[in-house]
Amino acid sequence: MLNDAILLVGITLMYSTPLVFGALGGVISERSGVVNIGIEGMMVIGAISAASASYFTQNPWIAFLVAGLCGAAVAALHALASVTFSANQTVSGVAINLLAPGIALFACRSFFDGAAMTPIVPKLPKIFGDNAFAGTIWANLNLNVTTVIALALALALWFVLYKTKWGLRVRAVGEHPAAADTLGIDVYRTRFICVLISGMFAGFGGASMTTAIISQFTQTAISGHGFIAMAAVIFGKWTPQGAYGACLLFGCTQALVVLLGGGNIVVPSQILAMLPYFMTIIVLVLFVGRSVAPKADGVPYIKGSR
Amino acid sequence: MEKLTRRSFLGVAGAAALTLAACDGGTPADGGDQPDDGAEGDGAEAAAKVIMVTDTGGVNDQSFNELSWAGMQQLGTDLGWDVSYLESKQDADYMTNLDKAVDAGAQLIWGVGFAMGAAVNEAALANPDVQFAIIDSTNDNGAPNLTGVTFKQEECSFAVGYVAARMTTSGKVGFVGGIDSEIMQSFEQGYYAGIEYANKEQGLSVTYQGQWAESFGDAAKGKAIAQSQIADGCDVLYHAAGGTGTGMIEACAEAGVWAIGVDQDQSHLAPETVITSALKRVDQAIYQISPQLIDGSLAGGSNIVLGAAEDAVGIAPTHDLLPDEVYQGALAVIDKIKAGEITVPKNADELATYKAGL
Repeated sequence: MLNDAILLVGITLMYSTPLVFGALGGVISERSGVVNIGIEGMMVIGAISAASASYFTQNPWIAFLVAGLCGAAVAALHALASVTFSANQTVSGVAINLLAPGIALFACRSFFDGAAMTPIVPKLPKIFGDNAFAGTIWANLNLNVTTVIALALALALWFVLYKTKWGLRVRAVGEHPAAADTLGIDVYRTRFICVLISGMFAGFGGASMTTAIISQFTQTAISGHGFIAMAAVIFGKWTPQGAYGACLLFGCTQALVVLLGGGNIVVPSQILAMLPYFMTIIVLVLFVGRSVAPKADGVPYIKGSR
Repeated sequence: MEKLTRRSFLGVAGAAALTLAACDGGTPADGGDQPDDGAEGDGAEAAAKVIMVTDTGGVNDQSFNELSWAGMQQLGTDLGWDVSYLESKQDADYMTNLDKAVDAGAQLIWGVGFAMGAAVNEAALANPDVQFAIIDSTNDNGAPNLTGVTFKQEECSFAVGYVAARMTTSGKVGFVGGIDSEIMQSFEQGYYAGIEYANKEQGLSVTYQGQWAESFGDAAKGKAIAQSQIADGCDVLYHAAGGTGTGMIEACAEAGVWAIGVDQDQSHLAPETVITSALKRVDQAIYQISPQLIDGSLAGGSNIVLGAAEDAVGIAPTHDLLPDEVYQGALAVIDKIKAGEITVPKNADELATYKAGL
């Protein structure tokens, strides 16, 4: 029983970590009024850049930062199109999702003699050291350091959004950019910065997959995580704490699927595969209720328009 | 070497038309080639033109595509054939690349990988003059010019199951599967049968458990399932789960337990952890079947299942982590499968019968 409980917590946190990064990226972008469908693509870019940087520098911490920068660089494209040039935000995000796997594969092949996956690379440490509790059940609580970083970022983002002047401005820009503009807030700059941060977080998410959960980039390393993260943003009502909780819920359902499907209690895997979606609907109906997006979310701001 | 192959690829892709013109030489191009010509002699004109189309993994995927290309190159060196490949960057490229290969005048076109199955089936119907063959998928509509090549994965799984049973110290071993299906179950059940065989032969009582991730691309889930099995006491884990299995190997490396790879020698993923791998010798399949299709001794239109008897499945040559007696034991098991002394079960019912008969 204790074994199962520890395993449940360990798997939940492991599974949810990349999602948390992606979801926090989604929150900051959407709170400023820019829909970021491109989270998935930015995570893919983060994943390949982290693995490559870790391989060439042999330092996973540098790799983690590089992944954030590369994610932000891709986000800059999104920001340029959708903020600066007021292009359709969904189209720009989808373009990034289509572009990113191609760029990742191209980069991988250029760096690693044409291979479609990277070699094994150094990865980020565990919180209690790599071999702590080895061989005991507690080893499952020896989480990746990225899990802690994700929690810290969630807290930081909550603080920034709700307790600082800049956070208030971000929210104002997302709700009513024209009003914010008349008060002297630079809407374009605020949104641009938020999208950049969004890409950086998503890049971290990719890194948390390829330099923590596994230690190489493969084409399937990021497969749909960005979209689950986007769902978590809506599920969590566009708040950092809500999105974090939603990611934990998704992770927890997966952990339940794993625990119920193995060992002595054997439920058919196809039934179990439905569990996460089933639980999501139940939680949505019973506990979450109506979810309202920031009012100007997805609407390009054009100065002077009514 | 890598550079060279890429360059030759560019040559093919960029100047497909030129190649076509050069190859057909004097013969006025009238669409199809003459597949029967290959039997006539060793002259330069008889050099068969064979093109393989990769799936999205690309030709250096450290898996099926790479190994297929090795088989193709062997055809090129040993028989002097004109071999080349076309890489697919995305699923939508399959049809285009198959068409390109037809246009380039290939007599035989190989599609590599289960993912290309539908596209190759379609292409075979549309181009009845060209021979097609597909690795890891089947001829579904009975096209007379398409050969499906699959492998008896239960046989190599049996061999690694034998290894797992002999390597465990806890007496518990695990299996992580991709998406549950008849084909995927043959990995699982063959593995279990190998464990039962070792139990009998060595007087062991190793137990096994398996779980399906219902995904081939979810490394985190593969890792989670492996962690759960390791927490349950398993100390040798085998996977047949593609990208999901990457997570399983990672979990094994972290926990310091043994892992067994699949399809190709996966020891490079974790040299201290992966003790052996269940191999599908895709290169052998291409090398053996291509000449038969070109000279007409194999008519096409059939589905071929290759196993240990054809040297098309086996275990990885890397065995640094295995005691010699275990490795030799596994090779002996494969020899017995080859000789027909062991018939490996490929589903749960056959496993039950097999167990009862041990």
